[in-house]
This record gives sequence, C-alpha cells and structure tokens, in this order.
Amino acid sequence: MSDEERRRGLDGPAPDERPTPTGRRNEQGIRIDPAVEATHEPRRTVISTLVEHEPGVLSDVSGLFSRRQFNIESLTVGPTTDEERARITLVVEEPDPGIDQIKKQLRKLVPVISVRELESDAMRRELALVKIDADEPAQVSAVADMYDGKTVDSCPETATIEITGSRQKIDAAIETFEQFGIREIDRTGTTALARGTQSTAAPASTTESTATEASQPQNQYAPADDD
Amino acid sequence: MSERATSVTPPEEQHDDQDQNQNQDAQQPQHDAETDEFGAPSAETRAEPVTTGAESVVRALENAGVEYAFGVQGGAIMPIYDALYDSEIHHVTMAHEQGAAHAADAYGIVSGEPGVCLATSGPGATNLVTGIADADMDSDPLLALTGQVPTELVGNDAFQETDTTGVTTPVTKDNTFAADPDGVGTDVSEAFALAREGRPGPTLVDLPKDVTTADTDAEPDTPATPDTYEFTEEADPEIVAAAAEQIKDANRPVMLLGGGVIKGEASETCREFAIEHEIPVITTMPAIGAFPEDHELAMEMAGMHGTGYANMAITHCDTMVAVGTRFDDRLTGGIETFAPDAEIVHVDIDPAEISKNIHADYPLVGDADTVVSQLSHAVERSPQATKWRAQCQQWKSDYSMAYDVPSEQSTDEPSTSSKIPEDEPVRPEFVVEALDEATSDRAVVTTGVGQHQMWACQYWTFTEPRTWVSSHGLGAMGYGLPAAIGARLAADDDQEVVCIDGDGSFLMTLQGLSVAVRENLDITVAVLNNEYIGMVRQWQDAFFEGRHSASEYGWTPEFDTIAEAFGATGFRIDDYDEVADTIAAALSEDGPSVIDVHIDPQANVYPMVPSGGDNGQFALAEDQL
Repeated sequence: MSDEERRRGLDGPAPDERPTPTGRRNEQGIRIDPAVEATHEPRRTVISTLVEHEPGVLSDVSGLFSRRQFNIESLTVGPTTDEERARITLVVEEPDPGIDQIKKQLRKLVPVISVRELESDAMRRELALVKIDADEPAQVSAVADMYDGKTVDSCPETATIEITGSRQKIDAAIETFEQFGIREIDRTGTTALARGTQSTAAPASTTESTATEASQPQNQYAPADDD
Repeated sequence: MSERATSVTPPEEQHDDQDQNQNQDAQQPQHDAETDEFGAPSAETRAEPVTTGAESVVRALENAGVEYAFGVQGGAIMPIYDALYDSEIHHVTMAHEQGAAHAADAYGIVSGEPGVCLATSGPGATNLVTGIADADMDSDPLLALTGQVPTELVGNDAFQETDTTGVTTPVTKDNTFAADPDGVGTDVSEAFALAREGRPGPTLVDLPKDVTTADTDAEPDTPATPDTYEFTEEADPEIVAAAAEQIKDANRPVMLLGGGVIKGEASETCREFAIEHEIPVITTMPAIGAFPEDHELAMEMAGMHGTGYANMAITHCDTMVAVGTRFDDRLTGGIETFAPDAEIVHVDIDPAEISKNIHADYPLVGDADTVVSQLSHAVERSPQATKWRAQCQQWKSDYSMAYDVPSEQSTDEPSTSSKIPEDEPVRPEFVVEALDEATSDRAVVTTGVGQHQMWACQYWTFTEPRTWVSSHGLGAMGYGLPAAIGARLAADDDQEVVCIDGDGSFLMTLQGLSVAVRENLDITVAVLNNEYIGMVRQWQDAFFEGRHSASEYGWTPEFDTIAEAFGATGFRIDDYDEVADTIAAALSEDGPSVIDVHIDPQANVYPMVPSGGDNGQFALAEDQL
C-alpha cells in the first residue's frame, strides 16, 4: 500500500474548504457579538440554605463547592427553631451564571430543603474575637467603644475584644486595633437573614424561584444597619 | 406493602408514579386503588414478617420488584446474603465488585429499572466505586448496597472499614448510612426510588453489620422519594409557546437528542416530532438508538468522533432543540465555536443542566417525553427548511463514513468473502459491520472504552433505544464484559448480546468470563485486538510525536485460548475471509463465546475533533489535525 493510501482517513472537503459560521460563544456558553465581547464579572452574594439536620449534610455542601470549583468565602452552619433542620449560610463570589449553578446544584442535594439568594439589603453579621496587647488599656477601650466592641477578657498583658457587625466594620476595627499589636484573631463567617416578613429560606413548597420573585414589601421600620 | 411488589413497572406507569410523588396527598389513594387491581403484595409476603434488619432490606428489594442482584460476598455483607438465601431474587455472584456495579448499571440501562449491586465493606465498597461513578456520569439507575463494620467500630479503623458514604458522596445521587434496624428497609426502599425517579442516578445504602443482624419487625415502606426531593414534569407553557415559535420560524433546525431521551422513554415522541416537522436529528453517544440511524433525517452522533455531517449540521444550525443532554465537552468541543448561530431550546429534567455549559435561550425544565409532547402541540407548522435538509443530505454524501477496504472492495457486502483480500490486516470497521449484519435490529451492544467503542458507535446501525450500552461520561475501560452480563439478564431472549471490546479493556475485567460460564449466559465477545491501548496510541501519533509510551503491548494473551480455559468457546480471526463464518459460529453458540479478532493495528478513528476544538473543523485524517 502506498503512503498516500496509508493516510487512513476519510474522504470529504478538508477543514479549510468548509464554510464556517462567524458567531461565537463566551466561556459561559452565551452567544456573543465578537466585536463587543460580553463577560460576566464575579459578584459577592449570600446564599441561605435550609437543610435536614443529619450527618453528612455539611460535607455534601462543602464537597459540592470544592468539586465544582465554586468560589466560597465563608460558610456557617447552625441549628434553627426546628431541631430537625439546620441553616447553612454561604458567601460566594462568582459571575451570575456561576451563582445560578450554585443555587441549582445545592437544590439537587437530597437533604437540602430550600435555597435562596438573599437581597443586598439582607441583614448580615459576622463576629470576631481580637486579642490585643494591652499596653495602653485606655486607648484600646476607646477604639473598642468606637466599634461597639465588648471586652470579653483582659489581663495585664492582653485584652480580648468581641466585635459583631458587617464584614467591612470588622475589617475596619481590626485595622484600627493593629496599632496596639494583635496577637490572635478568630472570625466567624457571615450569618444572614432576610428583612421584615420575608422568610430567608422557607421549608416545603416555597421554592427558591418564587421566594426571589415574590414582591418585597418595603419595611416601614428598618433599623439603622451598618452594611 | 408496595404497588411495585409483583412486577417491573412499565414505562407508562412510571410517569404516573412521578406525578404522585409530587402530589402525594391528592393522588395516593387513587394510586393504591389502581395498583391493587394489578396485584397487591402476595399473601406469602405478608405471611412471613421480617425478623431482622437484613430481612427488611431484602424485603424492600422484593417489594421494589427487583429480580436480579449482582455482587460479591464478604464479612460485613454476610447478613444480607443470608437473607437473600431464602429470596426469589436471583443473585449473580460476580468475580469482582467493579463487574458487579457495571453489570447492575447495564441491567439498569437495558431494563429501565435500577440495577442492584452488593459488596462488603472496605475493599468491596471501594471496588464498586468505578461502577458507581460510571452510573453517576451517565445518570443510570443503580442501587448499591454495601456492608459496613458494626456501628460501635465505625471510626476506629476497624478491619475492612472504609468511610463508604464519604468516599461515594461525590459520585452518588444520594447515599445513606443506615443507623437504625427499624428504618433500614425503608432506607433501601427510598434509595431505590431515588435511583429511578427524576433524573436517574446511583444511590447507596451503607449497612453496618449490627444494624442488619439486629431484631426488627419493621416492614419497609413503599418505595418513595423523600419529601425534600422534587422535580418538574411539565415545562412552563409560556416558554414552550415561545420555543414553538422559534422552531416554526427556524430555517436551519436540528434536534439534538441526549441520553435523557432514552431514560425518559421519549424516543417515540422525539421520533414523531422530528419526522412530522422534518427536522434533522443528531444524537449524543448515550442517545444512540433514540432515533433510527437508517432514517433519512438521522445525522447520527456529533462530537469528537461524531460523523462529519453531524458536526457540520450542529455547527451551522440556527435552532437546536436539545433534549436530555448535558452538553458534555466531548460533544461540544470548544464552547466558543459550538453552534454559534443557534437559538437553543433546552429540555432537561434537571434544572442544573440548563445553561450549565451552553446558555439555553428557551429553558424547558421537565420530563423529556412530557415536554416534547408539549412542544409538539405548540408548534403550529413545520419550519421552512427544504434547503437546509438538502444541505444536510449533501453533507451526508460529502462526509460519508465509507472506509477503504484494500483492493477496491465494496464495504456494502461484508459477507462476500470471495472478493476480500487475504493478505491485508482486517479493518475493525468491517468487523463491526459484519457483526451488525449477522444480528437482529434489537441486538444489544456493549463496549469497553477506546477505539473499538468509537468504531462500534460509528459503524453499527442502531435503530432501537436501550440497545447501546456503554461507559460514556466516565469512559471506564473494562465496562464491556460485565455490562454484557447485566444486559443479558435484562434483555429479552430473542435479543442477541454482543460485547465489542478492545484488548486493553478486555484485559481489565475478563475474569467476568467465569460468571458468564457459570450462569451460562449467551453473550458473544468480539475483542478488536490491535495489541495497543489503541486510542492512546492514536493520540501519541497525533500529538506526542509517535512516542508510544506505555500504550504498546507488543504481545497479548490468546484470548480465544483464555476463553476456552474459562469454559467458554474461543474463536480467532486473522483474515477477511474468516470474518463472516466465524461470527456466525460464535453467535450460534448458546453460552458465552469470545472472538479474538486481530485487526489492523494501525487503524485509527476518524473523523476527529481534537479536545476543545471546533466541531466544524473536524479532521478526516491525521494530517488535518
């Protein structure tokens, strides 16, 4: 057999002889105009999930995030008023299609009861314990007061301050405490609830989509929030 | 206890079940009334209450209508096996747990009901993992039951202890550690229902030995999915209407059928829809058989080794009706160039598949059969696509899959051995076509993974759903033989079961021959033997300068002789003129037979779209890559 026959392929017009469409898709699979290539910027958001309080559910959720390479900033889990259910609050940073995927993939986990992305006005709180050198106790106390901090422990060498509030507030407090010398920090992730009468992640029939689309009543009284 | 106690539920009834799972309060009484007519649990089921956790597990399987289970014995699973001893369930003792999972998986593909596999704790469970992962990737209904060390030893690194639920979490639809003897039967019932309902997938129940040996008289509940599991049957009518408009106005429409079409029993509805509106049909690999490949509208498989015409059609269409597909990278190639002009109508029962890889312009979440029926009612007239259909036919002739048999032999007549040269190595495509010709239209084909699998896709003409059984998403070499065992038990007696295997794949699980012989299963294995890990060799030639690192066996055992040693019948083919007669002889054997087919070792799979490439730029030969 000659070399040409050894080519071992099939017949037909070669790639450069074929028509090609001019359109393109971006990496999220959305058709785009090549001239103005559309990209989705990542955004940070809070996703609240109500789950069955059973062994393995936390690893189901965290495993999902690592396996699918979703960007997770914090995860908190805690009991609810119903002892058979727990709430997991996630802060994620992804482009819109990624956030959609996160919600859908979470919803697919069998022990997950409901999933909801919280609006930007949702109440969000973190807590930090900051252990500081107490060489200047008066000044430490003044800074703590500035951030509504509480001194939860003190000794001649150190003071430990508890700060709660938004991430930005805690970041700012820590930055200010740095002048005294910070020995150790422990911070929680974000806990969050929707405002007013809206439920954060409701059990049973209230699905994620209807919860998000439901009209959001403006609260008459919205206490000052440091978000 | 169960409405599914007596028989495998036919597909029409499955949909009823799905409805009822969603509206249990409203419809359950009616459901019970209906099924009682067809057969309530037999008297003897009621007469012998369960006494242990293990009996409750076996009762749950019986109630679910399980007829076969595939597994391997071992310490921690012994109580379950002891309870199986008195059961009508036919247990097939496998040679290796990987084979048990693959056999159960194939059983699920062919029958539509979850296949059941069993293994002991530790190595038994970890050996199942490949098969479970395969079922997960392909959404095959599979129930795995694993033994576990007694609860008091869990966490102590006991003998044969593995964190099975931990290991399998990423590759199961759901899994459960059975903690309570009174609930263990219901755990199994629920896992069975979950494996089948909605988007199917593998589920696992881990069974600690103290739980299965403990006394209980708790009968398992009827198989039902848990309250937290929901899925949608019907798609949003507004989006259906909009999608129907898009389809009506399309100039270059295609249907892209995925594995969900077969899983959702939607093949018939999709066929009717495509034929009524004269829309060319492309299939993904798991959807092979959903549309008859000998039909004029069939463009066959698209993607990496899809046909040239399917890849041209998928690239140039302006409207794609995609049903039950997850737009896998082997199908799409590079996302940037995938159907770049197409409005995508995406039908899927799993909302997470919508816009996961390819943005859906018309997202239709629901059951494939239901939603395609909705579309069918909503599309007022067929798209005006005469020119497009002519173009598709032109591509079918331009990029025909005809291959060159040396000395100008026509490939249409594989049986005319007199015309065939004797001194040329046998082309694998020729062997696939000869097997196809020698078997009925409903013959079931299983494969391993690699070149032989692609040749089987390309050159076998599939016309019926549930006749193509392969490892698609996971690509697990060694799948073919154990899958043939499972498929044989699920298929009708008049369906031949043919395993087209590669030498590399066959070597991974050929101990399954002992099972096929012991169970006297009528299967025919054709090993397309090129003494290479052929697909790797092909890639090394194309992308690694021909450096055949660890892909070249240079020597393989005589597979026909091995078959004989196992007690099967062995055959060997070296030349074209032996092909037809040897295949006929092997097929006529009642038990298992193995044909060691020595094929052209240089044969390659084309067309080919390299990873991440442009489907429309598929290569017809290596020099076009």
